[in-house]
Amino acid sequence: MDDKELKLFAGEIRIATLECLAAFGSGHVGGAMSIVEALAALYGSELRHNPKEPDMPERDRLVLSKGHAGPALYAALSLRGFFPREWLSTLNEGGTRLPSHVDRTKTPGVDMTCGSLGQGMSAAVGMALGARLNGWDSFTYLILGDGECDEGQVWEGAMFAAHNRLSRLIALVDRNKRQLDGTTDEVLGLGSLADKFASFGWRAVDVPGNDAVAVRAAVREARRFAGEGDEKDARPVAIILDTIKGYGCTFAEGVAGNHSMTCSRADTDAAIAVIRRELAAL
Amino acid sequence: MIKTLNTFEKAPVLMRDAYVGAMLKAAEANEGVVALDADLSSAFGMSPFFKAYPERAIQCGIAEANMVGIAAGLSAVGKIPFAHSFGCFTSRRACDQIMISCAYAKLNVRLIGSDPGVTAAHNGGTHMPFEDMGVLRSVPGITLMDVTDPVMLTQLVAQLAGDELYGVYYLRFPRKSVTGVYQEGSTFEIGKGITLRDGRDVTIIASGIMVPEALIAAAELEKEGTAARVVDMFTWKPIDAGLIADCARETGAIVTAENHNITGGLFAAVAEVTARALPVPIEPVGIEDSFGQVGSEDYLKRAYSLTAEKIAAAARTAIAKKAKQ
Repeated sequence: MDDKELKLFAGEIRIATLECLAAFGSGHVGGAMSIVEALAALYGSELRHNPKEPDMPERDRLVLSKGHAGPALYAALSLRGFFPREWLSTLNEGGTRLPSHVDRTKTPGVDMTCGSLGQGMSAAVGMALGARLNGWDSFTYLILGDGECDEGQVWEGAMFAAHNRLSRLIALVDRNKRQLDGTTDEVLGLGSLADKFASFGWRAVDVPGNDAVAVRAAVREARRFAGEGDEKDARPVAIILDTIKGYGCTFAEGVAGNHSMTCSRADTDAAIAVIRRELAAL
Repeated sequence: MIKTLNTFEKAPVLMRDAYVGAMLKAAEANEGVVALDADLSSAFGMSPFFKAYPERAIQCGIAEANMVGIAAGLSAVGKIPFAHSFGCFTSRRACDQIMISCAYAKLNVRLIGSDPGVTAAHNGGTHMPFEDMGVLRSVPGITLMDVTDPVMLTQLVAQLAGDELYGVYYLRFPRKSVTGVYQEGSTFEIGKGITLRDGRDVTIIASGIMVPEALIAAAELEKEGTAARVVDMFTWKPIDAGLIADCARETGAIVTAENHNITGGLFAAVAEVTARALPVPIEPVGIEDSFGQVGSEDYLKRAYSLTAEKIAAAARTAIAKKAKQ
């Protein structure tokens, strides 16, 4: 997948995510939009997976710890063929396979149930440790929210992962700087997440998180670290994605209160039209 | 097959020694078995396991929530994790992780809470779970067991280490010595209560350290001409509703005996069954909505009325209520 194809894929994920949210009429637009480029990089080329065999044991796993961004993951999974695209219109309907927060028991391709924030970190750590015990060379990817990093469990897991040198664990932290009640600075200041992860023993890097090409390069670099060097220097990697909450969606980007918001048909159509124009200009 | 000892002597092995012995066998038999601890592995007697299987012994530090989440992740890649802390921490500190990462996510995790109730003794109220089973009883699909003695513990660990059982299982048991109830070679079926003694006047439904007390109470009652049935209800969830209904119908009066708060505990679990199946008088023996405190186990059993005398008195009350009905 070349750079242009990757950007096009990101655009398609963004459109499908908005279609999914608009079908229900509201949802976690902001935090879904901000991770679209990360999902594009992972599902475009970087994750070892097989849509025809979603439970393949030695696959790479993705734990979407900020489980409320489910619609963005559903969009990526449907575009990769894990399930029919028509499912996207069933978001949050009674009996749906696509609940607001991700559920490993309901959706093909979803590797962990998340929604109670902080818990995905520990689950990903367990998967990475178990994969190593199993002798697999697979990677475990973890997407954390920045507001989620308020949870102490994130840091319990971070300490454990570094102590156990889980170099095949790669966390992508969606640093969109907003959480439900306001900016992360207003609610509970996080400081530098890269410094925090580094001080917990991780390799940490800041990346323009709404640039799919840059995210893909950072993921490749993170994976390269796992395969080389002194074992004593092996450590997990945190890619801090500098993102904009609501990115690329005209009615959500930069809007206070975009954590969970109405997603009307008209606004969605207008937003998708803008995205389509931008993709055509690539 | 069940064979009882009826000696009322301390079992020859400590519970923690029985546990580590069973875990060593389990690890040998099944490569998937891993053990996790939160800085209590040596207090829990697991050092031999940590030496024998260093890669499969996972030290999590004092971070129980993370430990339970890691256990969930391990099970998602096919491991059979056994995660231990003191019962208060396993249940309360990691409650949401048990609920969401383990149970709601339908993963395959074994959780151990040691030193339940008064067996926490000198660690006192901060460490004395009278509520662990009550907290976890509202987690859908979870299996909860209050283990009676080393013979039962050894047998249950062997079952839980196999590939046949899948789900979230919580076991509570003391680390140290308990009264032996069962003979070697006894086998236990999870979810099935065990009738240890038959009787038609009243049923005493007990578990854990209260089983020997119940048997002593039944022997006392026999001297008065009262025939008390005794059931070891080691599985609190799923509770053996069929057996409870039979006991209600055949004896017409029930006493529950638990090393736990009667609110949300065994009394509640039994009453939930009889309320629907056949309401009969039930007298609870257990913690009456109190916190723990320091003291020897014997002192605390007396302080909280977790004694054979109290069970016998409760049986007389239940029988009198039955007579009035």
